[in-house]
Amino acid sequence: MVQQLTTGERQNALVILLCIFVVGLAMAALGGFDPFGVHGVVVMLYSGGIAALVMKHYYDPEPAPGRQSQYYDDPIKVAIAFSLAWAVFGMFMGVWTAAQLAWPDLAFDSGWSSFGRLRPTHTTGVIFGFGGNALIATAFHVVQRTSRARLAGQISPWFVLLGYNLFCIVAVTGYFMGVTQSKEYAEPEWYADLWLVVVWVTFFLLFLATIARRKEPHIYVANWYFMAFIVVVAILHIVNNLAVPISFARAKSYTIWPGVQDAMVQWWYGHNAVAFFLTAGFLGMLYYYLPIRAQRPIFSYRLSILSFWGITFFYMWAGSHHLHYTALPHWVQNLGMTFSVMLLVPSWASAGNALLTLNGAWHKVRDDATLRFITVAVVFYGLSTFEGSFLAIRPVNALSHYTDWTVGHVHAGALGWVAFITFGSLYTLVPSLWKREGMYSPALVEVHFWLAVTGTLIYVFAMWNSGILQGLMWRTYTQEGTLAYSFLDSLVAMYPYYIARAFGGLLFLLGAMVAAFNIWMTVREAPAAAEKQADIPDTGLAPGASPAPAE
Amino acid sequence: MAVEEKDPVSGQKTTGHEWNGIKELDTPVPLGILIFIVVTHVWALLWWVLMPTFPLGTTYTKGILDTDQRKIVEQDLTEAQAQRAARMRAIETSSYEDILANEDLMKLVRTTGHQLFGDNCAACHGADGRGRANYPDLTDEDWLWGGGPEKIAETMKIGINSTHQNTRVAQMPAFGRDAILDRNQVTNVGTYVQSLSDPAVSTAQNIEQMKAGREIFLTTCAACHGEDGKGNREVGAPNLTDQHWVYGGDLQTIINTIHGGRQGHMPTWDERLSPAEIKILSLYVASLGTKQP
Repeated sequence: MVQQLTTGERQNALVILLCIFVVGLAMAALGGFDPFGVHGVVVMLYSGGIAALVMKHYYDPEPAPGRQSQYYDDPIKVAIAFSLAWAVFGMFMGVWTAAQLAWPDLAFDSGWSSFGRLRPTHTTGVIFGFGGNALIATAFHVVQRTSRARLAGQISPWFVLLGYNLFCIVAVTGYFMGVTQSKEYAEPEWYADLWLVVVWVTFFLLFLATIARRKEPHIYVANWYFMAFIVVVAILHIVNNLAVPISFARAKSYTIWPGVQDAMVQWWYGHNAVAFFLTAGFLGMLYYYLPIRAQRPIFSYRLSILSFWGITFFYMWAGSHHLHYTALPHWVQNLGMTFSVMLLVPSWASAGNALLTLNGAWHKVRDDATLRFITVAVVFYGLSTFEGSFLAIRPVNALSHYTDWTVGHVHAGALGWVAFITFGSLYTLVPSLWKREGMYSPALVEVHFWLAVTGTLIYVFAMWNSGILQGLMWRTYTQEGTLAYSFLDSLVAMYPYYIARAFGGLLFLLGAMVAAFNIWMTVREAPAAAEKQADIPDTGLAPGASPAPAE
Repeated sequence: MAVEEKDPVSGQKTTGHEWNGIKELDTPVPLGILIFIVVTHVWALLWWVLMPTFPLGTTYTKGILDTDQRKIVEQDLTEAQAQRAARMRAIETSSYEDILANEDLMKLVRTTGHQLFGDNCAACHGADGRGRANYPDLTDEDWLWGGGPEKIAETMKIGINSTHQNTRVAQMPAFGRDAILDRNQVTNVGTYVQSLSDPAVSTAQNIEQMKAGREIFLTTCAACHGEDGKGNREVGAPNLTDQHWVYGGDLQTIINTIHGGRQGHMPTWDERLSPAEIKILSLYVASLGTKQP
C-alpha cells in the first residue's frame, strides 16, 4: 500500500494526516465531554492510526518508476475490505433492530441501544458503509479499465476512501451517543457533513481527471452513471445539510429550511439519494460487470442513452411523492406523482437492456451463481422501480404510506437490487483484482445466493403482508362510522410478520458473512491465475516497449 | 477500437466501440418502450390539465377539475361527522340505563369503545383491561373509586391525583420512611394485612405478632381502609381482604407499600376525549368485567 507512494508522496500524506489530527485535537479540546469532543478523539485516533501505518513503511523502497503503466488497485482492495466489514456490521444492526420490533426487550433498557439510535446505524452501515465503499471500489476499478488509464492521483484515492470511511465512523458512533439531525439518511451533524463535502469534491475531481486521461475515444455508459452518482450526491448533500450549528464546539445544528420547505428539501434529497446513490451508482456496476461476466455485448446503446437521460431527468422531480396528503401543496404532490409514473419507462428500459444483454448467455445464468446474482438484481430492480412508481400514485399511497409496505419496497430495492448487484460485482471483481483463477469456493457462492434469495423473499413477502394489513386496519370503519381497530390491534397483527422479517434478514446476514469469508479465503488461498492477457493501462507505447516492470 | 461487426446471436451490428472487451449493439429502441413512453406521457399530460400541478409565481395552475386536497378533507370530515352525529347525540343525551337497553347504541359502545380503549387506556391497563403490576385490573369486581359506568366516567373525567382541578386525591402515606411506624411495626402490620386475604398466614406461632399488627392496623390504617379492612371507595382506599392487588399481595410488597407509601396516577381525560367518548368508554370498561366467565 504505502510502497506504491514515493517518499515525497509519503511526506504529503503525513502532512495531510497531521492536519486532520490537529483538527481532531481542536475538536476534542473545544468539545470536552460533548459528543463533539468524543468525535475529536475519534478523528485523532483514526488519523493517528493511519499515520502510524505510513510511518511504519516510511523507509520501505520507493515504487518502481513504471507505476504509471499499471492500474492503481491498492485502494480498490482496501475499499472491498471496508465494504464487507460494513456489510456485516450494518446487516447485523438490521437484524437486531428488526428483532427489537418483535421483542422490544432487546433494547436492554439502555439509551444507546434503543431502536431510535440503532436504526440509523443500520441504514448508514448498509447504505453508506457497505454500498458506498462498494461504489468507490467499483468506480475506481471500472473507470480505469474502461478508460485504459491509471487513476489520476496517488494520494487522492486514499484520501477519498479513508476520508469517506472516517465520515461513516463519525456518523455511526454519533448515533449511539444520540447525535442526529433527525433527517432520514442525512442524520450526521454539521461537522461530519462538512468533512464529507471535502471528501466528495476530491472524489469528483479525481474521477473527472481520470476520465480526462482516458485512452478510449468514447466514455463508457458505466462512467456516465458513476459521474451522475458523484455529481448529484454532492449537490443533494450540500443543499439538504445547510444548517447553522448552535456553537462551533457542539454536535448540534438547526437546518436553515423552515417547515414544509424542510420536508420538501429532505425528500428531494431522500428520493434522489435512492436515485443517484442506490440506483445510478449501482447501474454503473451493472453496466460493467454484467457484460464482463456474461461475455455478451450490451443489448442496445440507444436504449442506454434513453434510460440514462430519462433516469437523471425524471428522478429529480419525484421526491414530493414522499409527502402525499401532507401540508405540502397539492400541486407539488401531483407534479411528483406524474413524474414518478413517467420515470418507470427509463427504469424498465435499463432493466430490459440488462436482461436482453443476457440473450445468448442464459445457460451461464443457470450455471454461474455470480451471474445469477447479477440477473436476480436486475429482476428486483425492475420489480422495485415498478413498485415505486405504483406507490407514488396518491390513492395507492393513501393505503401504503407509513406502513411496512414502504419498508418492504425499500428492502426489495436494497436487498434484491443493491446488495445482489454488489455481491455479483464483487465475485467478478475479486478474483480478477487479486489475479486468482476464481473464487476460493464456488459452492459457497452458491450457498450465499440461495441464502440471499430466500432471505430477501421472506423479508419482502412479510413486509408486503404486514404493510397491506396495517394499511387496511388503519382505514377500516365500522357501520357506526368509527374506526374498527385501535393502533394497538394493528401492532398485535404485525407480530408474526416482524418475526418472519427478522428471520429473513438473518438469512441475508448469514449470506453476507459467507461472502466475506469466501472473499477473504480467495485473497489468502486461491491459486494464482496464469497471466492470460495484460491488464495494464494504455500508455501510448507499443506493446512490449512498456517501461513497466512486472509486478 | 474495433471495427463494426455483427453479433452472431442477435444479428445486430455493434456500435464499433469497445472498452476492455465490452461492446455494444446498435439495436433500435424497442417499439414497446416507445409506446410505453407515449402512454405514460399522455396520462401525465391529462393529469396536468385536470389537476393542480404547475407553479405560477405566487399561485399555481388549478386544473379543470378545480380540486384541492384541503377541500376534499374538509368535505370528508363533514360527511363523517354527519354520519356519526345522530348516534353520538343519542349517547350524549341518553341516560346510562337507556343506552344499556338500546342494542343499536350498545353496538356503537362495543366497537368504538374497543378502539378508544386500545388507543387511550391499553398502554397502562393492557389491551384486555386486565392491568398489570402497578396498574389496576378493570375486569374484576374490585374498584378503588367504585364501578359502574357513572363512577368510571367520573374517574376518567377528573382522574386520580391528576392535574384536573377536581381530581380524585388519594395517598397511602409512607409510614416507614416518614418514621410514623418503626421497622417492627411495619413488619407486624404488614403480616396482619397479608392475613386478611390469606388466613393461612396466621398461625399459632405468630399469634403475638398478629395481635400487635392488628392493634397498629386499627389505630393507623382503619381510618381509610376500615376496621374490617374492606376499604372505602369514597377515598379510594382499596379493599385489603380480597385477592386483587394493584401493587402485589406478597409480604415483601405489602411491607414496601407500608414503608414507602403509594400514590398512583390516573390522568384526566376531560380535555382529550369528548363527553360522548368518555361515556362510551365508561360503558365499555364497565362491560369488561361482565364479559368474564
